[in-house]
Amino acid sequence: MAKPKSAYSIPTKKGKLDTHIIVVWVDNEAGVLARVVGLFSGRGYNIESLAVAEVDATKNISRITIVTTGTPQVIDQIKLQLKKLVPVHKVADFKREDKNVIFKEMALLKVVGKKKKIDKCLKACKSLNPVILDKTKQSVVIQVTALRRDIDKMSKKLKPFGLTSTSRTGAIAMTRGADTFK
Amino acid sequence: MSKLYTGAEIVFKCLEDQDVKFIFGYPGGAVLPIYDELKNHNSIKHILVRHEQGAGHAAEGYARSSGKPGVVLVTSGPGATNVVTALTDAYMDSIPLVCISGQVPTHLIGTDAFQECDTTGITRPCTKHNWLVKDIKDLSKVLHMAFKVATTGRPGPVLVDIPKDIQFAKTNYFKPKKDKKLNGKKKNKFSSSEIDELMNLILKAKKPVIYSGGGVINSGPEASEVLREFVRLVGFPITSTLQGLGAFPGDDNQFIGMLGMHGTYEANNAMHDCDLLINIGARFDDRITGKIDEFSPKSKKVHIDIDPSSINKIIKVDLSIVGDVNEVLNAIVKKINKKQNGLKISNKQNISKWWEQIQKWRTKNSLGFVNSEKTIKPQHAVQRLYELTKDQDTFVTTEVGQHQMWAAQHYKFNKPNRWMTSGGLGTMGYGLPAAVGVQIAHPDKLVIDIAGEASVLMTMQEMSTAVQYNLPIKIFVLNNQYMGMVRQWQELLHEKNYSESYSEALPDFVKLAEAYGCKGIKVDNPNELDAKIKEMIDHDGPVIFDCQVDPNENCFPMIPSGKPHNQMILGPTDEKKNKITGKGKALV
Repeated sequence: MAKPKSAYSIPTKKGKLDTHIIVVWVDNEAGVLARVVGLFSGRGYNIESLAVAEVDATKNISRITIVTTGTPQVIDQIKLQLKKLVPVHKVADFKREDKNVIFKEMALLKVVGKKKKIDKCLKACKSLNPVILDKTKQSVVIQVTALRRDIDKMSKKLKPFGLTSTSRTGAIAMTRGADTFK
Repeated sequence: MSKLYTGAEIVFKCLEDQDVKFIFGYPGGAVLPIYDELKNHNSIKHILVRHEQGAGHAAEGYARSSGKPGVVLVTSGPGATNVVTALTDAYMDSIPLVCISGQVPTHLIGTDAFQECDTTGITRPCTKHNWLVKDIKDLSKVLHMAFKVATTGRPGPVLVDIPKDIQFAKTNYFKPKKDKKLNGKKKNKFSSSEIDELMNLILKAKKPVIYSGGGVINSGPEASEVLREFVRLVGFPITSTLQGLGAFPGDDNQFIGMLGMHGTYEANNAMHDCDLLINIGARFDDRITGKIDEFSPKSKKVHIDIDPSSINKIIKVDLSIVGDVNEVLNAIVKKINKKQNGLKISNKQNISKWWEQIQKWRTKNSLGFVNSEKTIKPQHAVQRLYELTKDQDTFVTTEVGQHQMWAAQHYKFNKPNRWMTSGGLGTMGYGLPAAVGVQIAHPDKLVIDIAGEASVLMTMQEMSTAVQYNLPIKIFVLNNQYMGMVRQWQELLHEKNYSESYSEALPDFVKLAEAYGCKGIKVDNPNELDAKIKEMIDHDGPVIFDCQVDPNENCFPMIPSGKPHNQMILGPTDEKKNKITGKGKALV
């Protein structure tokens, strides 16, 4: 493509992208999620997954966990911009590789098929410690809790065994040990 | 039991407690209860605009020129959507506004009711924060909070959406809480080691430059005072962004002019070649930096800003100091004064060669233009306006385009809060309503809107406001019949394809002025310019001044697309001036 003539600014090379998990503690009030998500879309940041729920009913605090990718500069901006929002109390940022943090996602998987297939399927996902939530003659609903990539692998594996629907949450995170994020 | 007040009464009680003297607004169905209450509050004067965008810009002009937050009152639906441009403008330029909007009654929200819109949804990305008050008990708390959010930290606009039934509902009123914690805790965000580090950089610098911005203005007049003290102590050259003009005197020898796309040759070259760059309250806007990769490649960069998210957003810096400009500069000045003896001698010697270089760049006279006896050159018009008004305390607003840049280049500001322009958003139509707001804040001062004919027509209706309130604003229109900046880009970058940038059916501005009930003056002869400008200044009342200028004039110097600071295009006088540069070199 030819360079646009009247463009004043020409995009510079992009740096390496890292995946980060951003945890945001917010007042649980109307529109707060829209503020956080709107900040991401408005400034062109990426959201890979999002999980949000109230964690403190007396103080009305919700915890939002966002998985995002960006250059170190963009990740810094995300944190600083989030901190400027009025209902935001604090912002934590973890690298996906961080050994000190536990990341989990949950998935509900429905497999439909004959008993043989279902048994094969349960065997296949044994490594993820599945919980069987519902079982009929032709179907089973399994709950697994694991890392995103493990769940990805698992759903691929279960496709031939009759996996018909998948429902997944976004990642949530918690630090290891006695320390909490201040 | 204490007295119960209606929502509308609470709105005014809050405004009174926040020391609000003026509201800029426009009534409508969903704010009628508030308008009904207006008559009971004599200390607050309502200024009726002709369009809600005008209310927003007028409040911006009021805020920028007085340092107090501007207050806007509009109705639901179209009232709120019309004010969005002004809110976005204030957000980009960090101007404190409190916008109160009416909303349909709570039980009708979400039903596509008459004049309903999702006001908080629409204004969420263009305000610092906004609130939809669904419970009357929250109203006084929210309104006080709104003023606090708008005016503290990096200032900006906020919006409070009040449904009509809440305006009628009754409850107790709560006075604003006094902040105990804020004092002390917030003041010392930056550490003394950061100040020490800056001191070190200052002492080592051989080619320093100070780049100041709108943050100095927002920090209050004391910040400008301490900036001047600092700059004189260190003896460094200082350049300013568009928003920062006036923080340092424009006619001072240490001031090397505005920087950026239409900045001076010396300022941009100094930015490019410097070894120490001290950014005070500016945000490395793309019109300032040009090509990021080649922005000031050899310098150590220091950034002083109250907003942590401004730091490293665009340009990575070596030292960041997060804090109010006034407090940070005070800390530095104190430190310098302690060490004064060492600094005064060594540092100024260090940078004498640098000053020689800057003098060489100055001899280019990059703001020069070829004047004419036959037509009025727009730059000449601004220069004459400056010469004829500089002896009085003059407030200047502008629209957006070539005239704005010429005003910034040729009008020299010596005090902060005298220059109101739409920098970040670049809103055509800002200047006239802003002038209305400035004149409200400073009824006895001379207020001039340096305008272009295309911009000013976007909010021309506010002349009616000016006439209604006897506001003697002067609309100084540099009329070149083109959207000049668009025309310039088309000439330089789009093979002179002047697509839709010529306005064929312009009004007769003199008749237009008369239709509004004010004075119109027209001038097209350079010899009559001075007399007509004087006539404009001397007229006690609003004036539209139609200054017919050369339609083909371009605004130079200019950094062309994607180029670094040291590759500017200079104006038509450049060749001639090159020779003078030769002589200039011999002189230094």
